[in-house]
Order: sequence, then structure tokens, then C-alpha cells
Amino acid sequence: MLKLLLTSVCQIFGIFLITFLILHLIPGDPILVMMGESSSLADQEKLRSELGLDKSIIEQIINSIGQLAQGNFGTSILSNMPIKPQLLDAMKNTYTLASLALCIAIFFGFIGGILAAKFHGSYIDRCITNVSLFFISIPHFFLGPLLILMMSIYLGLLPVSGMESKYAIILPALTLALGLLAVIIKMTRNSMLEIINSDVVRTARAKGLGELAITLHHMFRLVLIPLITIIGMQFGSLLSGAVITETIFSWDGLGRLLVTSIQTRDYPVTQACILIIASSYVFINFLTEVAYRFLDPRMRH
Amino acid sequence: MKQTAIAIILFWVFSLIYKILSGYDSSIMQVEEILATPNFTYWFGKDDFGRDIYFRLVDGFINSFLIIFCVTFISSISGIFIGVLSGYIGGKLDQTIKFITTLFMSFPGILLAIAFAAILSPGKLNLIIALSIGGWVGYARLARAQTLLVKEQDFVKASQSMGSTKSRTIFHHILPALSTPMIVEATYAVAGLIIAEASLSFLGLGLQAPEASLGGMMRDSVRYLLASPHYAIIVGASIMSMVFAINFFGDFLHKFWGIKDN
Repeated sequence: MLKLLLTSVCQIFGIFLITFLILHLIPGDPILVMMGESSSLADQEKLRSELGLDKSIIEQIINSIGQLAQGNFGTSILSNMPIKPQLLDAMKNTYTLASLALCIAIFFGFIGGILAAKFHGSYIDRCITNVSLFFISIPHFFLGPLLILMMSIYLGLLPVSGMESKYAIILPALTLALGLLAVIIKMTRNSMLEIINSDVVRTARAKGLGELAITLHHMFRLVLIPLITIIGMQFGSLLSGAVITETIFSWDGLGRLLVTSIQTRDYPVTQACILIIASSYVFINFLTEVAYRFLDPRMRH
Repeated sequence: MKQTAIAIILFWVFSLIYKILSGYDSSIMQVEEILATPNFTYWFGKDDFGRDIYFRLVDGFINSFLIIFCVTFISSISGIFIGVLSGYIGGKLDQTIKFITTLFMSFPGILLAIAFAAILSPGKLNLIIALSIGGWVGYARLARAQTLLVKEQDFVKASQSMGSTKSRTIFHHILPALSTPMIVEATYAVAGLIIAEASLSFLGLGLQAPEASLGGMMRDSVRYLLASPHYAIIVGASIMSMVFAINFFGDFLHKFWGIKDN
């Protein structure tokens, strides 16, 4: 457990170093890139000292860690305001979107996977498997427009994009969820099929238990624990998918903030976004590992 | 499934040959035919500048595959080199490399590529760099795992007992044993790279305007989603068809060579 925690902390420090280096890897003078050639020399020097670029690199790293420890993410170059409030807003929006997508994917993924495994080889199974194969191979930047076309333009049910209406979250959440859903269906089905002929199931059946009790209490409980780890790993694809999805649906989350900040060359915001996205991925992976050890008695020692 | 995948590959291969033989320039604009729907002269219709979507897609695939070829070349060579060394030598080197790969894996999906595309100016070379930076990790992990498996096998031990040097063991025994899993890994990686490259261009971080890119076309098409949905559907379906066919080919090789998952 301690080793796990240590690895995660090292990972977050590594992420910090890489995002920190972003500003230093810009070819040429980062100040000129950000402010343009025509900016005055005084402004350039002011920004340079604000960003701490006039100090030595070790000093900069220490300063920047100190600032981050106080929850200070620096100042946006574009708006000249602290990044933190903007970042917190974006985090709230992205996490809402990602959690909804995760809930949809887990709920329907488990149901679909159990159904497909229960009726394996039948018409239902083939149907579920083929539909999930379709959703595994569809990229987010195509699924998003496709859902807009179907749900908003042809059926007129949901808003196209933006965040005003409370139903606006449905389409981006579906875009993120469907790919993950398909993966969860596939994993659940395959792991259920592996234990369908095992001793546990045979004993349960010999005891005279009903099909429902066998499926849910014996089979599903056994496959649930390994599935948790897989879902934790898939959280990463959810986060990177959010960058595309939020751009399509104008959802003001971390992904959209990241893309806009890159377009406007607002590097402090870019650094903060990448740091937050990657750290939350590490954090979720840490949590799933802990949950895995906690839930599975075989893993505790 | 099999027939569909073969049909898709054949369709795009013939399209490439047709494009080369006819010498059609996909950047020809015809203003009076802006966003024309598919018809017999223009199979896939026209885009927002009145360019033929079909030939533009072929050009997009050519650009995409050029980039992907370079990325796969760079990342597979470096990944296999690092992975084999780490697995074969072991010890401190292995620990260090393992930590570095964990570090790279803590960036979800294309985030690392986005980060590097953001600081480098957009263009083919920089796109290749941005995609290669995270690309080697998958190869390195697989190469390390496979090396650990092969290293313990009798034929390797036998050759070592007959006094073969380290480099001979690596080049004559370990690398040949690695080749099939690596080719399968590369096939899946190519399918992933098509989407990654298109995603970067979709976000405006990949190839820029006059050059044909799949992601760029997708982004343009989304702007005209309401007026001419055929543009988005055709571009999206083309990218998806290619990804599907390549993934299917990967599955086929996986079964054909009987590779075990670890």
C-alpha cells in the first residue's frame, strides 16, 4: 500500500515536471511567442518576471511547487486574472460530465454484459456484441456530430450545444459513455463466460438456487472486482475523450479550457489544465487499486 | 465481418490507384458546387470550398499514413530497443525504465501529444514528434514482457551455455521471437494513431488548412452539420471504416499467429 502511494506521488511529481518543462521547450523565446513581436520591451520584461523566467531553473521549480502547494496556479496571460477560479469551474463541469458518463456506461454496460453472457450464442448476444463492436470503433469526433444530427436536428429532442438548458449535458455524456459502455459490455461478457462452467456456479446450481440468484450473487460478484480495475483504467480514455467532446458541444470543462488556452497561447492555463487532468487520472487509478485490494480478500496480504 | 473488412481495404487501395492514375488535384475548387450532395460525378459530394470530398479523403489518408508510418517506425524501434534492454539486463536499469514508462502512462490517451503539439508549431514534422513521444511506451512494455518470457526458454539457455554473446542472444534469439507480437501490436497502434492524428487535427493542432487532413475535414464538416450533414457523415464513416478494417486485420493476425495475451 505504501509503495503504491509512493509511486502515485512520484507520478504526480513527474507530471508536474513535464508540464513545467512545457514552457521551457517552446522553440524561441516563450515571452515573444505569447505576447507577439510587436509588444513593448517593458511589457515583455514584466511578464518575464511575473512568470519567474528570469530566475534559474531550480529556483523556478521550487517556487512553482511552493505556489502549487498553496493552491495558486498562477495568472492567466490573456485575462490577467488568477487561473484558480476558472480552473475550479472547469473542473466542476468536467467531473459532472465524466461522472454522468461513467454512471451511464457502468449501469448499462453491466446489464448488457450480463444479458449477453446469460444468453451467449443467441440472437440477443450477437445483437449486443455487434452493437458494442460498432461503438468501440467509433471515434468521439464522429459520434458527437452523429448524435447531434439524430437527437437534435432530426428529432429535435435535445439542445445542440452550450450549457444553458439542463438537458444539454445528455448528448456530451452519451458521446463519452457509449464507447466506454461497449468496452464494459465486452469485458463483463467475457469474464462472465469464463466462470460460467466453474465449480462455484455448479455448486450454486446444485444447491437449487434460482438463475437470477446464481447470475447476480455468484457470477457477477466474482467478475465485479477485476472489472473495477478495468473501469479505473478506462477513466483515462474518458478524460482524453472529454477534450474532443467538450470542444464539439461547447461544454466549458477542462478539455475546452485546454484547447482554447492552446489556441490563444495562454501557456500558464495550458500547464494548469494538463497538470489537473493527468493528476486526476493518477488519483483515480490509485483509488481503484486501493478499492481492488480492499474488496478482494485474496489481495489483502 | 471478414468480407466487409476486405472490401473496405480494397476500396481504399483502388481509390489510391485511381487517384494516382487520374492525377486529379484534390485542391481544385468549384465555387458553384459548394457542399454539393453525392452524385454520379462526385461520389462523395463536395466540401465547403467546392472541392471533391472523395479525392480529398484519399489525400487525407495519404498524409495520415505518411505521418503514422514515421511515428510507428520511430516509436517501435525505440520502444523495442528500450524494452528488450530493460527485460534482458534487468536490475537497476529495469527499475528505472519501468518507472519512466509508468510516468508516461500517467498521461491519459492523447493528452501528452496535445501537450507537445501545443508548444511546437503545427506541421507534419512536429505532429510526428508529438505522437512519437508517447508512442514508444506501448512497444517498450510489450517488448519487456515478451523478453522476460523468451529469456527463460530452453533454446535461449542452450545457446547461452554454448557461449553465445549477449548481442548474439538478443539479435538471433530474442528479437526473432518478438517479431510477431510486435507486428500485431503495431497493427493495433496504427488504428489508434489514425484516430489520434485525426483528433489532433480536429482540435486544430495537427496539419493546417491547405493540406488535406482527416481531422481537419471533420472539423470543417461539423461547422456545416445543419446545412449538409452528408459531409460529416461521409468523412466520419470513412475514418471509422479504415480503423475498423485495420483493427480487424490485427485480430486476424493475432489469431493466425496464436499469440497469447499476457
